[in-house]
Amino acid sequence: MNKQKAIFNYALRLGDNSLVLGHRLAELCSKGPILEEDLALTNMALDHIGRAQAFLGYAAQVEGKNKTADDLAYKRAERSFYNNLIMELPDKDFAATIARQLLVSSFEYFLYTELMKSKDETIAAISAKAVKEVRYHLAHSSDWTCRLGEGTAVSHEKMQNALNDLWMFTGELFEMNDADAILIKEGIAIDLNSIKQQWLEHVNGVILEATLTLPSSDFMQTGSRKGIHTEYLGHILSEMQYLQRAYPTAQW
Amino acid sequence: MATDTQLDLWEVFIQPKSGNRYAHAGSIHASDKKMAIQNARDIYTRRGEGTSIWVVPSNCIIASDPNDEDMLFEPSNDKVYRHPTFYEMPEGAKNI
Repeated sequence: MNKQKAIFNYALRLGDNSLVLGHRLAELCSKGPILEEDLALTNMALDHIGRAQAFLGYAAQVEGKNKTADDLAYKRAERSFYNNLIMELPDKDFAATIARQLLVSSFEYFLYTELMKSKDETIAAISAKAVKEVRYHLAHSSDWTCRLGEGTAVSHEKMQNALNDLWMFTGELFEMNDADAILIKEGIAIDLNSIKQQWLEHVNGVILEATLTLPSSDFMQTGSRKGIHTEYLGHILSEMQYLQRAYPTAQW
Repeated sequence: MATDTQLDLWEVFIQPKSGNRYAHAGSIHASDKKMAIQNARDIYTRRGEGTSIWVVPSNCIIASDPNDEDMLFEPSNDKVYRHPTFYEMPEGAKNI
C-alpha cells in the first residue's frame, strides 16, 4: 500500500462513519420523543452528512478516478464500506440512540481534536470544523445520559442495557491497519491507542455521573476495517442507494 | 386546553449579533436549563439567526392582563406630543 492508497482508505473510513451514522440519525426524523429532540437529532444527522460529503469528496479526489463524493456514497457495495459496526446498528430505543451518541461522540471528539494537527491540510481542515460540531454532540449525549441514568428506574435500566449492548462494538473504533501505519509515519493519521485512555476516562466519567456502571465485558466485535459488516448495513445501503441503482445518473 | 405533557415551557430570546438587543423568538419545551439552551439552539438558530441565547421559564414571565388593555394603553393614544416629532432638527445633526 502506498501513501495515496492509504489516504484514500483513511478518508473513506472517516467518511463512511459519518455517512452511515448520519443516515441512522436521519431515520429518526419524525420519530423523536419530543419535537425539540427530533430536531436536535436531525441537526446532528446533517452535521454528519456534511462531514461525509467532505471526507468522501476528498477520498474521490485522492483516488484520482474522476469520481465524486456521491459516486462513493451511492455506488459502492457493502464490502467496500469501512464504517465501524457501531454506526450501522439499528436504534432499538431512545436510550440506544443516546448511548451510541455518547460512545461515538467521545471518540470523535478526541480523534478530531488530534487530527486538527494532521500534516494533511484537508484532513486537518475538515477535522477543525468537525470538532465544533462534535463538542455539541458530546454535550447533548452526555446530558441525556445523565438524565436517563438518574431519571426513573425504567430509564436507568434502559440506559444501562443500551450501554451494555453497545460495549462490544467500542473496541473496533481503535483498531488500526496498514493505512494507519503508513499515515502515522507521515504525521497524517494519529495512533488511536494514544486517545483510547482519554476516551475511556471521559466515558467512564459521564457514566459514573449518571449513576450507571461501565460495562466490564472484554469481548469485542471486529470486521469493519476489512469491510465485514453486521446484517444491518446491507439494509441501510439498499434504501440509501436505491435511487442511484434504479435510475443510474439521475440528478437533482 | 389539553394538558401539556411535553416538559416545562421556556421562552427563547435570540441576539442576532453582539450589541443587538435580544428579541423573543418563540418557546420550547425542556426539563432543565441546559436542555432549554440546547433545544433553543437546535430550533431557533439553525440558519445562523443568532450568536447568543437567553431562555426564561415561561412561568417566570409576568404578563399584563388583557382585560386591563384599556386602562394601561388607551390613555397614551391621544398624546401625540409625546412623540419627538415637534422639534426642528438642527442642521448638521446627522445621527438623530
